[in-house]
Amino acid sequence: MRFMMFMYPEIEEKDWGPQDDNVEEFKAMSRYNEELRKAGMVLSLDGLQPPSEGGVVSIDDGKATITDGPFAETKEVVGGYWLIQARSKEEALEWASRCPAENCRIEVRRVFEMEDFPQDVQDAVSENFGG
Amino acid sequence: MSDATRAIEAVWRIESARLVAGLARMVGDVGLAEDLAQDALVAALEKWPEAGVPENPGAWLMATAKNRAIDRLRREKTYQRKREEVARETGAMFAMERSDFEAAAEDEIGDDLLALIFTCCHPLLSREARVALTLRLLGGLTTPEIARAFLAPEPTVAQRLVRAKRTLRDAKVPFEVPRGAELAERLPSVLEVIYLVFNEGYAASAGEDWIRTDLCEEALRLGRILAELAPAEPEVHGLVALMEIQASRSAARRGPDGAPVLLLDQDRGRWDPLLVVRGRRALERAEALPGPLGPYGLQAAIAACHAQAIRPEETDWVRIAALYEALAQVAPSPVVELNRAVALGMAFGPEAGLELLTQIEDDPSLAQYHLLPSVRGDLLEKAGRPEEAAAEFRKAATLATNDREKDLLLQRAEGHG
Repeated sequence: MRFMMFMYPEIEEKDWGPQDDNVEEFKAMSRYNEELRKAGMVLSLDGLQPPSEGGVVSIDDGKATITDGPFAETKEVVGGYWLIQARSKEEALEWASRCPAENCRIEVRRVFEMEDFPQDVQDAVSENFGG
Repeated sequence: MSDATRAIEAVWRIESARLVAGLARMVGDVGLAEDLAQDALVAALEKWPEAGVPENPGAWLMATAKNRAIDRLRREKTYQRKREEVARETGAMFAMERSDFEAAAEDEIGDDLLALIFTCCHPLLSREARVALTLRLLGGLTTPEIARAFLAPEPTVAQRLVRAKRTLRDAKVPFEVPRGAELAERLPSVLEVIYLVFNEGYAASAGEDWIRTDLCEEALRLGRILAELAPAEPEVHGLVALMEIQASRSAARRGPDGAPVLLLDQDRGRWDPLLVVRGRRALERAEALPGPLGPYGLQAAIAACHAQAIRPEETDWVRIAALYEALAQVAPSPVVELNRAVALGMAFGPEAGLELLTQIEDDPSLAQYHLLPSVRGDLLEKAGRPEEAAAEFRKAATLATNDREKDLLLQRAEGHG
């Protein structure tokens, strides 16, 4: 089974990404990523640029509005993710709790697999992939 | 099962292989190492539910197991002194001092893990024993889980494991990573075990016990671990690539009624693009290493050709035929030739495929193989020789063991389907 681990770093936007004073933290994080990889867990992972490099699309009653944030709290902003393959929810949670960040929140979510959907939904989904 | 027990089980599955590997290095015996690791697990199950999971559970388990190991070695020391076998015991103590876990560097842990993989897949052991031991010690699966996964009686698996560990001990198989020529000689045995686990999971159907379908993920995990531990081995990446690409098709390879769907009839929209990309990347790693692709790499390259074609008619059959030819060189088998005949037929017309079939039709290993007449029937039909084709399909139907397949072949003999 697959799990997405969303990481919400508890930092200000100005402190986002590699800085002079957080080299050690980045090194620790890359060691952690390496450990996950060596355990054969990682399917993919990425760190995200600060929110200002992206934007927010809100859809209300089918109508899309684009804004560039801001978010009420930085706690609501995803800083990166890992997509892992784990043998149980507990294993995914255990890996998440080994993340070496000083302050952050990691949301661990199980990914839907094709088999989780009823047949008619499966058919519709694969049609829309253009298959 | 309580939350605490489940959490401990999760820690166990993460730590057990490294724990057993580190202990095996210390005591030189995987069976004893497993016992010590189990002792540590029992201690964790006693302590952790109340005291909580320690900050570094892996180190806790190792320290606990190590203390048991020292106790045991001390006991054996007095025992052996009585029998004046001091010399052997000194060797064991020496081995223990050399591999102090806390001092061990990260790559030494990797080395231990690799040594464990090679030991579990030692050619002295039968294929079944290698598979069971690998799942037990590297996958952290319990004996009942392995039994369920392989549809085997539990006592059979238990006995298989006991015998395998005894064989390794009696033969004094050294706990180490083989080097040079020996590595090249023993790697195929490791790859075979991983691919067997994968195929067992792949053969399981949707309604079956989840532990069986999970075998695919377990094999992929083992393959990915091996690729990190032995990155210079092209066939390791070849095998990973092959498994990733095959796994990418798992949602497409059965119809709603559970019947297998042939590759060319599969709904390609259901192929998992992430696994395809991972497979291709692993294949690139294999190709970037010196030397030509081996049997796994070549099979992965063939799978990648299919993965690349958005529609079946875009398949590069000329390349696939060439890859099958290369595969026939490194791993000759009538089944490979049969596949090559199909590819040749697709690439250059049915006559090219039929010509190859005449070269292999007398092979005794194909005498009872329904796919030989089935492929020939297909090629004859495409060549505009329907009567000969029908005769081949009927012949194939009598050889097919699966009823559904029999029906399909008879339908084709009638000129439908």
